[in-house]
Amino acid sequence: MTTGQIDVEHGASAESPYVPRMARIVAAEQMSETERFFRLEMEDGRGLAYEPGQFVEVMVFGMGEAPISICSSPTQGEAFELCVRSVGTVTNALKAYGEGDRVGIRGPFGNTFDTEAMKGEDVLFVAGGLGLAPTRSLIRYVLDKREDYGRVMILVGARDPSLLLFRDELEAWAGRDDVETLVTVDRPDKSWKGNVGVITRLFKKIQVDAPQTWAVVVGPPVMFKFTVLEALAEGIPEHRIICSLERHMKCGVGKCGHCQIRGVYVCREGPVFTYEQVKRLREGI
Amino acid sequence: MLPRVLKQADLADWVEALMQERRVAAPVLKETAPNDGRELFSWEVVQEASEVRLDYDVTVLGPKKFLWPSRQALVTYRLDGDPKPEAVIRHEPQVLFGVRPCDITAIATLDAAFAKDVPDPHYLARRSDTAIVGVDCGGPCHETSFCLDMGSLDPESGYDVMLTPLEGEYYVEVKTELGQALVEAGKMRQATNEDMAAHQAFQEAKRGAFHLQLPFDVEYLPEILDRSYDSLVWEAIARRCFSCGSCNTTCPTCYCFDVYDTVAQDLGSGTRVRRYDSCQLDPFAEVAGGESFREERSSRLRHRMFRKGKYILEQTGRPGCVGCGRCERACVAEISIRDTFKQIAGSQ
Repeated sequence: MTTGQIDVEHGASAESPYVPRMARIVAAEQMSETERFFRLEMEDGRGLAYEPGQFVEVMVFGMGEAPISICSSPTQGEAFELCVRSVGTVTNALKAYGEGDRVGIRGPFGNTFDTEAMKGEDVLFVAGGLGLAPTRSLIRYVLDKREDYGRVMILVGARDPSLLLFRDELEAWAGRDDVETLVTVDRPDKSWKGNVGVITRLFKKIQVDAPQTWAVVVGPPVMFKFTVLEALAEGIPEHRIICSLERHMKCGVGKCGHCQIRGVYVCREGPVFTYEQVKRLREGI
Repeated sequence: MLPRVLKQADLADWVEALMQERRVAAPVLKETAPNDGRELFSWEVVQEASEVRLDYDVTVLGPKKFLWPSRQALVTYRLDGDPKPEAVIRHEPQVLFGVRPCDITAIATLDAAFAKDVPDPHYLARRSDTAIVGVDCGGPCHETSFCLDMGSLDPESGYDVMLTPLEGEYYVEVKTELGQALVEAGKMRQATNEDMAAHQAFQEAKRGAFHLQLPFDVEYLPEILDRSYDSLVWEAIARRCFSCGSCNTTCPTCYCFDVYDTVAQDLGSGTRVRRYDSCQLDPFAEVAGGESFREERSSRLRHRMFRKGKYILEQTGRPGCVGCGRCERACVAEISIRDTFKQIAGSQ
C-alpha cells in the first residue's frame, strides 16, 4: 500500500461542516395533508449559492436534521424554497413552523442537474409524487431561461388529486403554449376531470424527438423503474435519462455512510445520476 | 535523529515523564481469564506509568477510541433564545503509547477519510494533537490476524516513534520532530552497531514469522470482490450472521456514524452528537418513507466486506481492512473476513 502524506494539520483548523447557518421562514403553506411548503432566507445576508438538483440539511433545534431537496431555482432570487413531507421527527415538527420561525440550514450539498448540457435541446420532465419538488428546481430554471432550451414537456403523477403539489403552477404551465404539461392521478375524486392512471400512460400522449431529448425522472423507486423503461422505449439513450435518488444523507459531506450505494456517497457524487450510472450501481433503485 | 536504546526497566519512568505533558493512553492488563490464566489487555488512559504493558497481544478495541470516540458532541446551541449554533471541537495533547503496526495503518486510513474532500475538524483536531508511539510485532499476535496480506505490518509513516523490543531493551526509532521531543523525555542511550545488528536480526526473524494467508495479492482484492458481487456466497455466509454489528464496533477503520440531538435538563440548550453506527443494522440504509435499500442481511454483509476490501481503498487510497482479525474474534457467528476473502477467490 502506498502511504502518502495526509493533510491532518490543515483539516484540524478547518471550519466544522456540521454547524448550521440560521435561516428565517418568510412564507409557509400546507400543500397537502403531508406536504408543507417553505420559502426561506438566510439571516447572515450571504444567501444560499445553489444550483438545481441540490439539497440542504434542515435543522430543527432540539429535534435534529433532515435532508430536503431544494425545490426552487436560483433564477428566482435570494430566497429558496423547500417542500417537506412530514414523515419523521424533524419533518413533523416542521408542520408547526410558519412565517418568522427560524431553522438551521447546512449546505447546499450534492451535485446538480447539468443545465449546460441540456441547452438547446428538449427536456422531458417526469415527476411522481414528492419527486416534483426536486424536479421543480430544474423546471423553474428552464422556464426562466426558456429561450435556451428546446421543447419542454412536463409529466406529473400523483396517487390522488389531494396529493398533487404546486397545483397553481401546474395550471400556469398547462396554460403556456411553450410548455406541454400533462397531469395524471391514480385514483380520481368526483371533481377530477383530467387524466387517470399511472404516470407511464402519459408517454402515449407525447411525441419525443429521442436523439435531442433529456428525460428527467424523479419519483418513488417503483415509479422510477417503469418510467425509465418508457423513456428507453421512446429511444432516449441511457446517459440522457437523469434521475435524483433519495437516501438518508445524515452528514452531507461524505463521511457518515448512510447514503452510500456501493462505493458512491450519494450526498457528494449524487443525488443526480444518469440511468447509465444508476444501472451500474445496482443497489441504486 | 539516530536510533536510541531504552532499557525496559526505564520504560515506566519515560511514560511517567510523558504523563507530565500529555494524556497517555496505552495497553494495560484488564483481567486474567479464570479458565486458562490468559492475560487480557485493553487500551486505557494510563493512571500509573507502571501499568503500561507493551508485551500485550491483542485488544478487543484498538486505540481508535481515543481519536474517534463512540460518542462525540459536534454542535451546541441555545433553545432559550437565539440558537447561536457553535462547533464543539475538544482536544488535548495525548500520546497513544504502544500502537501496533496494524493500528498505525488503520489510523492513517481514518486520517485520510476525515481529511478527504470536506475536512472534519472534530476528528482532525484531536488527531493533530496526538502523538503515536508504535511498538513492532515480532510474530503474529493471533491466529485470526492476516496483517502481512493486507500490507499493514510495516507502515512507512503514521507514527512519531517506533519501539522494537530487544533483549531487555527497546530499540527506539524517531520518525518526526514531535517524536524527537518525546524521546528526549526518556533516559536513553545512542544505539551502537551491536544494537543496530540486533534490530536487523529482529526484522529478519519477523519476516520469517509471518506468512501470507490469502491465495492472491491484496492488489487484486477489489477486482475479486467485484467479480463476486452476484455470487450466492453472500447469502450463504449471511445465514450465520445475526446483524449484531460487533464487526463494526471492533473494526479499527470503521467510521460510519449516526447523529442525534440531546436537550439539557433545563431545556435551555441542546447538543448535536454523533455516535458509532453499523451498516449491519437493518435501519442503516433506510429513508424517511420507510424504504430500506439494503433490506437483505446478505446485502448488508456484502456491503461491509466491499467497504473493507474495496470502497474505502478506492475513496481514500488507504486499506479499509488492516487484517487485525478483531471482527472475526468478535463475531458470535464465527464469520471471518479472511476466510470470506479466500472463499470468493476460490469460487471464481
